[in-house]
Amino acid sequence: MRQAGSGPTLVMVLAVGVFFGTGVILLLERSLTRILLGVILLGNGVNLLILLGGRSGGAPIVGTGPVAEMSDPLPEAMALTSIVITFGLTALLLAIAYRSWSLTGNDEVQDDLEDRKIVELAERNEVAATDVGGDDHADDPEQVNPAPALRRLRRRDGG
Amino acid sequence: MLVLLILHLVAALLAPLLVRWWGPRACYPLALAPAAAFGWALTHAGTVRRGDPVVEAYPWIRQLDLDLALRVTTLSWLMVLLVGGIGAVVLAYCAHYFTPAEPGLGRFAGVFVAFAGAMLGLVVADNLLLLYVCWELTTVFSYLLIGHHPEQRSSRWAAAQALTVTTLGGLAMLIGFILLGQHAGSYRWSVIAAGPLPGGSYLVAAVLLILVGALAKSAILPFSSWLPAAMAAPTPVSAYLHAAAMVKAGVYLVGLLAPVLADAGPWRPVTVLAGAATMLAGGWAALRQTDLKLLLAYGTVSQLGLLVAATGAGTRNAALAAVALLLAHALFKAALFLVVGIVDHQAGTREIGELSGLRRRSPVVCVVAVLAAASMAGVPPLFGFVAKDEVLHAFLDQPVLLAVLVAGTMLTVAYSARFVWGAFADKPAVAATPVKPVPVALLAPPALLALTGLLLGPLAAPVGDYLVPYAELFVGGRAHLAFWHGFGPELLLSALVLTGGALLFALRGPLLPVLNRIRTPAPGTVVYEWLIHRFDRTAIEVTSVTQRGSLPQYLGIVLLVLVVVPGGALLAARPALAGVRPWDTPLQLVVALVLTVAAVLAVRARRRLTAVLLVGVTGYSTAMLFILYGAPDLALTQFLVETATIAVYVLVVRRLAPRFSARPLRRSRWVRRGIGVATGVVMAGLALAVASSRTDPPVSAAFPDLAVREGYGRNVVNVTLVDIRAWDTMGELAVLVVAATGVASLVFERSRTGPRPRRREAAPPETREGQRLWLRGGPTLHARHRSIVFEVVTRLLFHTIVLFSLFLLFSGHNAPGGGFVGGLVAGLALAVRYLAGGRHELQEAAPIGAGTVLGAGLAVSVGTGVIAMLAGHQVLESSRIDLRLPGIGDFYLVTSLFFDVGVYLVVVGLVLDILRSLGAEVDRQIEAAGEPDRALAADREGEPT
Repeated sequence: MRQAGSGPTLVMVLAVGVFFGTGVILLLERSLTRILLGVILLGNGVNLLILLGGRSGGAPIVGTGPVAEMSDPLPEAMALTSIVITFGLTALLLAIAYRSWSLTGNDEVQDDLEDRKIVELAERNEVAATDVGGDDHADDPEQVNPAPALRRLRRRDGG
Repeated sequence: MLVLLILHLVAALLAPLLVRWWGPRACYPLALAPAAAFGWALTHAGTVRRGDPVVEAYPWIRQLDLDLALRVTTLSWLMVLLVGGIGAVVLAYCAHYFTPAEPGLGRFAGVFVAFAGAMLGLVVADNLLLLYVCWELTTVFSYLLIGHHPEQRSSRWAAAQALTVTTLGGLAMLIGFILLGQHAGSYRWSVIAAGPLPGGSYLVAAVLLILVGALAKSAILPFSSWLPAAMAAPTPVSAYLHAAAMVKAGVYLVGLLAPVLADAGPWRPVTVLAGAATMLAGGWAALRQTDLKLLLAYGTVSQLGLLVAATGAGTRNAALAAVALLLAHALFKAALFLVVGIVDHQAGTREIGELSGLRRRSPVVCVVAVLAAASMAGVPPLFGFVAKDEVLHAFLDQPVLLAVLVAGTMLTVAYSARFVWGAFADKPAVAATPVKPVPVALLAPPALLALTGLLLGPLAAPVGDYLVPYAELFVGGRAHLAFWHGFGPELLLSALVLTGGALLFALRGPLLPVLNRIRTPAPGTVVYEWLIHRFDRTAIEVTSVTQRGSLPQYLGIVLLVLVVVPGGALLAARPALAGVRPWDTPLQLVVALVLTVAAVLAVRARRRLTAVLLVGVTGYSTAMLFILYGAPDLALTQFLVETATIAVYVLVVRRLAPRFSARPLRRSRWVRRGIGVATGVVMAGLALAVASSRTDPPVSAAFPDLAVREGYGRNVVNVTLVDIRAWDTMGELAVLVVAATGVASLVFERSRTGPRPRRREAAPPETREGQRLWLRGGPTLHARHRSIVFEVVTRLLFHTIVLFSLFLLFSGHNAPGGGFVGGLVAGLALAVRYLAGGRHELQEAAPIGAGTVLGAGLAVSVGTGVIAMLAGHQVLESSRIDLRLPGIGDFYLVTSLFFDVGVYLVVVGLVLDILRSLGAEVDRQIEAAGEPDRALAADREGEPT
């Protein structure tokens, strides 16, 4: 009954698809704890994907079976590190969610305020705050006054 | 030469200190650095006169073809004289120009000397890349000098404009240099000049790009607007910038390249046309100015135009005229600026309309100014006359250009006269300006420069002998500099120019409306301002479209690209499938179904706890799939990690609301689901394609053999981790340490290394009569959270689990297990202790900092690698140590075991760190916030136990 070997196992492919699909849906949420669950699901999907790169078979432990029928050890080693790193990432994201909660009272990813400001600037056809120094040509004898040029420009923009 | 550069660097670094000690007088010792450059140039005068180069070279960055190749020939020798000489004179002037109260004088002096050093490096560099580096250094330093008063907007504005324009030019120039250098295979100009030039559009592009840089630096049209604006700088800076440095860099570059590139494509038309146009426009604008400094600034623009036209023309006579004019201009323009500084200081104004009667009140200053201005106007017997005469002589055969130059020099005469008149004449309508007496120390520098101009005039012929080797780089008849060329056409022209200029000046009243009417259609500053404004607007528009600030939106776009591009490629290529089979064993299908149901339910779950448990089910299912695929190590790790993940997740979400917040995302729900499903389908397709696309036997086919023979282990996966691909694992350990540090720093609001609950303060073992204490931390818990059964089981199992984890660690080389698995098991043991007994119990279980464990783990892993290296093996190579112990018999140790011990420690440290942060610290914060029912531990007062 047991078939082993290289080439894709459809059931595994199906699992990969399910993990990616559900993971992405959660990833596109705004709640960090949900995003995190999405990351975990994606992580599982990626690990299965890596594993699919090698053949299936017996455990890759020399002496337990014929070497030719062993599963591919290299993707397994990669997936193993990947699992542990996902754990580290999970913990970090949880800490971020916790931090977000302790700062704002929820764990939701807010829109970036600075970016929204830029969008508003664009809608009003303005530029970012220009250099607003506090000097006047009159009180500084060593200066050439660039103000005429600036004034002209403002007039043009305003009118 | 390198010594000179280092001297400038040291002087620049010392400058702030010296200024703090001695105030403005510190400029005198600082002037020694440029003076040394001047002296050095004088000692090499003989070599240069013979036409021989002075060469030094030091290796620097070989990979970039960047060496410190220094080469001084006639042109650069003259520039060293000017940069050093004028630099020293201006610094000496600074010593009295500034008051001790001047803010930022230390920085100013340092930047000034550094600027002189950069300029010196620029003119002695033979390597074009080195030249570029110095070029940009002068740009940066001039930015700092122009912006000397950062609190004033005009100062900042002028500095930013100079920086923007010249840097833009500099970048274009760099590309030009690279074009030339890549073609020649060397970046030394002496080598490029000796070899064949590239041809066609390649050369045209290189020439144009380089010229953009040179013209921008020299404020030639259309880049001239920054120079008048740069008048915001203190006057000594203007003097140096205009006379010897910065703007002269552009002229120098044109002069340096002209002997080779003058005949190349657009060189001559561009330099001559732009130069001549600039000369006219600058001279015209200078006649209009009422600020003496601005008048001089436009005069500089005009003179630079003449210089570039003469230098770029590329004939022998023009070249000689150009270097003579370079020298003359440096002398008179520096003197004039310094005079303006004096007038400004002593009379308190630079406005022509406010100055009157200075002729009589400051006669010596007036004489100096007249000498310098006469040299600028080209009045004999000053050196300026010699230079101008030579220029007109050089262009005798080009009538149109000659006419333009004659007109330009007429304007020069007119604005020179206007300068002297404006500063010193008695004006009937203006009351005599009160003037403070002029200190000798302030007057000496401009006087010295003006007198030099007077002296060099009659000495034209010997001076010419030093400059002729440069002219001889060009083709043409014999060129020589002479004070008296005899009665020739150029003498006639000179007379015409002087008369015409005088006439223009005399007619200044009637001409004023014309002067004001005829302007450049768009002033440079307005164009610059408009361009910058447009640039800002474009940036805002682009940013507002691409950067909406919404994370789901960004991710959605990234994922859509993933679906469309690789998905489309997949559809287009339709790779052949090979070896497809439904399953390895039907059990896989069952697991996959469970997994699918759990994943879909997890997406729909509204409660956090439900969701994480469902995700946990998918994790355990994955572990099952691993086993069925033939990967027991993976499955073990997955089981353990999944358990730890659920525990950690619960630790955090206990503080959050039990349900996910329902944000107004309903509208976009179907979009998200669509993207999710599409991504899933594409990834499944990719998995299918990738798994059937193998053409070569896997590299890991040799691993089992390698593992036994060189890794001395039978568990191939483990040997891969600790030996065959140990570097990967090392990288992973670093990632884990970083993640752990991140977790701690996000959660701990105070220092992690700060006060930890100590054993003493933790839990006094208050056993009650007849009551057995299973865990020392138990009594610190809230009664509601205590479970005696849990405590008993923990007490009984903890040491066994730890022992088991060590067994997994040691046996991992030959059987499923290893450092990762062992570390996770030990970490879970700690987690159990924490859950059963609270944070004090965790402290009992692991009275050591998580950071210490993490660091020790990393140190052990790295140490293993280093020791292998020290023992003469490759880094991280395994060795086998055979041992014999009495009673046990023969056995062997593999050194990679120690690497695995490091892995074990890092993983334990990670888990401990997470428990400390998200467990114990969050507990503490909950207690501090007064929500005892959510914390594991509780205050024991008033609560019945």
